[in-house]
Parts: sequence; C-alpha cells; structure tokens
Amino acid sequence: MSISAILFWVLSIAALFSALMVVTSRNPIYSVIWLIVTFFTISGHYILLNAQFLAVVNIIVYAGAIMVLFLFVIMLMNLNKESEPARHRWLQLAGTASGGALMLVLVAALKDTELKSQQSLLLEGHIGLIKTLGQELFSTYVVPFELSSVLFLSAMIGAVLIGKKD
Amino acid sequence: MVIGAVTLWFILEKVILIASIIGLSFFIAMYTTLAERKVAGWMQDRHGPNRAGPFGIFQPLADGGKLFFKEEITPIASNWFLFLLGPALAMIVALVTSTVIPWGAPVITATGTIPLQVADVDMGILIVFSVVSIGVYGIMIGGWASNNKFSLLAAIRAASQMVSYELPMSLALIAVLFMTGSLKMSEIVSYQMANGWNIVFQPLGFLIFFICALAECNRTPFDLPEAENELNFGYHQEYSSMKLGFYLFAEYINMFVSSAVMATLFLGGYDIPFVNEASWGLAPWLYSLISFGVLMAKVSFLLFVFIWIRWTIPRFRYDQLMNLGWRKLIPLALFNMILSAAILLWLKS
Repeated sequence: MSISAILFWVLSIAALFSALMVVTSRNPIYSVIWLIVTFFTISGHYILLNAQFLAVVNIIVYAGAIMVLFLFVIMLMNLNKESEPARHRWLQLAGTASGGALMLVLVAALKDTELKSQQSLLLEGHIGLIKTLGQELFSTYVVPFELSSVLFLSAMIGAVLIGKKD
Repeated sequence: MVIGAVTLWFILEKVILIASIIGLSFFIAMYTTLAERKVAGWMQDRHGPNRAGPFGIFQPLADGGKLFFKEEITPIASNWFLFLLGPALAMIVALVTSTVIPWGAPVITATGTIPLQVADVDMGILIVFSVVSIGVYGIMIGGWASNNKFSLLAAIRAASQMVSYELPMSLALIAVLFMTGSLKMSEIVSYQMANGWNIVFQPLGFLIFFICALAECNRTPFDLPEAENELNFGYHQEYSSMKLGFYLFAEYINMFVSSAVMATLFLGGYDIPFVNEASWGLAPWLYSLISFGVLMAKVSFLLFVFIWIRWTIPRFRYDQLMNLGWRKLIPLALFNMILSAAILLWLKS
C-alpha cells in the first residue's frame, strides 16, 4: 500500500468518525469542535488531490471564521447538555428513517454513474495550484466569478443594514 | 529505504530541521521574556531582573521552574478535557506557523541542496494565515471551559479582536503579493533580493501589518483580553502551573514567529542589505550561517519594537479598538491595495 493510500484511509475513517460525532454529541460545544476536526480531515483530502488552495481556504474560511461564529453563538447563549431539549422517540425514529432514505437515493443515483472511470489522480496535476486556478477563474469563469462576488457584497450590505439600529 | 517518493534521508533532514526550529522558538521565547523585563526596567529607570546568574541570564529558567512546581488546579465546575485542550492548542498553533518561513539561504552540499525551510509549499503565506485563524480556538475553548464569567468575556473579546484584525492584515498582504507575484515564501525573499525590500515600496502596508500583528499577538496596546483592571486576569484566570505557562509562553512564541513573518515579507528575509553577497565567494555553509544571523538580527529588532511599544503606549478602550480596526485600518488597507494595484498596472503598461 502506498503512502497516499494509507493517508486516504486514515483521513476517510477520521472524517466519517468525526462527522458522526458531530451528530451524536449531546453537548453543542463538542459538536462544533468535532465539526472543526471534520473540516481538517476534508482539507487533508484536498491536499491528497493536490488542491492546495482549496485546502487552505477551507481551513481559513470554514474552520477559522465560520466555526468561530458558531462557537460564539453557543458560548454566549450558554447552550449545554442540560439546555438541550429532550427529543421524542418517534422524532428520532423519523429522523433515522428520512436520513436512511436520503442515503438510499444517493447511493442509487451514484451507483451507475461514470464516476468510477473518472477517478482523480492522486498527487498529480496542477489544477489545484493557485496559478492555474486564478487563470481559470479570471478567464473562462470570469462572469460567474464576478456575479458571485456581487452577490456576496449585497449579502454583506444586507447584513449590515439589518444589524443597524434605526 | 524508499516510501513513495520520500527517502529516509529526506525524513531525517526534516526531523532535524523541525526539532531545531522548535528548539530555537523556545529559546528565543525564553529570552524574550527576559528582554521584556530588562527593557521595561531600562525604560522605567530601574535595573530589571539581575539576581539569577550574571546579568540575570538564568531568570527565564527560574521562572519556568517556578511555574513547574506550582500546584495544578482544575476548577470542579470546569470541563477538564477542554480545559486541557485550550493551552495545548495555543501552544501547537504557535509552533506550527514557523514551518513555511525560510530561515536562511539553502545549504549547498556535494549531494544536493538542503533548504533551511521545513516546507516550501505553493501556498506559503496562506498557510500562516490559516494557522493564525485557528489560533482563536485555544483562547476561546480555554476561556469557556474555565466556567468563569471573566474568562468567558475575555475569550470572546480576544476572538472578536483577532477575527477583526485578520481582515486588514490580509488586505495589507495582498498589496505585497501584487508585487512579488507569488505566495511562496522563498520566492517572496528572492524577489526582494533582486528588487529591494518590500517595506520601501509598501510603507503603509507594513504599518498596517505591524499594527495587526500587535493585535493578533494580544500585545499592548491591544491586550484587551487580559485587561487586569477590568477582567481580573483575562481568559487564563483559572489556569495555574504549566497550563498557564503554556498560554504565556505561546504568546512569546507568537511574537517571535510574527516577527519572522514580517521580516520575511517586508524586510527582505535573510537578505543582507546593501551588498551583493553572491560575489563574496563564501563557502555555502558559511553564507547560510551569515544569512540566518541576518534574519535573526531583523527578528530581534522587531521583537525590541514589540517590547518598546508595550512599555510606551497605554491600553486602548474596547470601542476604540473596534473603531480602529473596522473604520480606520480596513479602509486604509483597501486604499493601499487599490493604489498599489493602480501603480503596478501603470508601470507595466
């Protein structure tokens, strides 16, 4: 087994385990911390695919900024195990059933696709490097890129307007 | 023995490099604590610590020994795992940042070149930023797990301060990247060797970056998270013994690493100013040693400025801190970015 295959399995198991812990932890703070671990394992997968920029940005934006806000909210509202509302048994059952149904649909949909023949090349290619990515973004995909940046700007201004006292 | 493309010699080389950089970080941080007290003494017209050894050079050892022998107290109502995770994260994050910094010119041996840098990755400086953005968790988790209102308030202050000052910091960085055209730390240094230091072309950018570095390290005048007259002692109030030591020590390592980052980005890294060192014809290992010494001299100077500011400027109020970050530094950094972009475009066309 090559070193990247070992890394792949370790990262995959870690990602699945930490994602499961996010859902099953009773304490919201633990959930957030496990979610941060999940983001790190996913960044590890990006690095295996040589998508370095994506890996680093995933950590800066998701693990570094968005999860800090999550932690902020949970700490300020002082959510903990005791304040977690008790769920009905049938609600848990419904959740399991609908989650299982979604997984069934996903597996059925992806089973026969051509994904298997398009497996990514590990540790090869320069698509994920910042130079290639920048050139692609500002030439081929310049219109959607600029449009999405305008969308972000309007969302930001909207948030400021809502947050402002009148 | 070969594992993939990685030879055993390569692993050994990196392990030695990592171990010596961690050792260096600890050593410098130790003596920065002494330098801080000596400079404070000098500025306040007193001697500073001078009892442990000649000129007090064993003072950091005495301080460390004291922290080790203190009783370790974990508050009953705290969450013991997160209480432990907080200082551990703070320390790990402080040490990880130094991986991408080039510490000196590469050593050329008969078998090949050995770069004095743990990882010269394509992302370079972005790695530093990602680690800095993770640095908030050490403080936040520790402050929350203490189950103390003062600690929690201080942790939230620290987190909002660090998140706010990351923005102007990265905006100031973008202007530098316009010029160097690469995120690789080694290429940023070689660009400055060929074209002159970035501080000459980006004085405003350097000023903004320096102010933000002060805020990111929680140094005075931005040490709101440990404002002792408002919050008793800040986010590490419930900590004692070596856990407290980790928090305090991580702050000094952060100072050291951020000085090294600033020296690399703006002060030419390991470049020796005003001379063409390639024409000297020195032995490669000697040249590497001298370049490492030059980088250390720049870092020491920046550390001195850090300490100098601490004993000169009083602490800001919290609203002043936020005002400075969002209303002054961000517009200024945006202006700097647009101006540099315009000038570069004009020069190139």
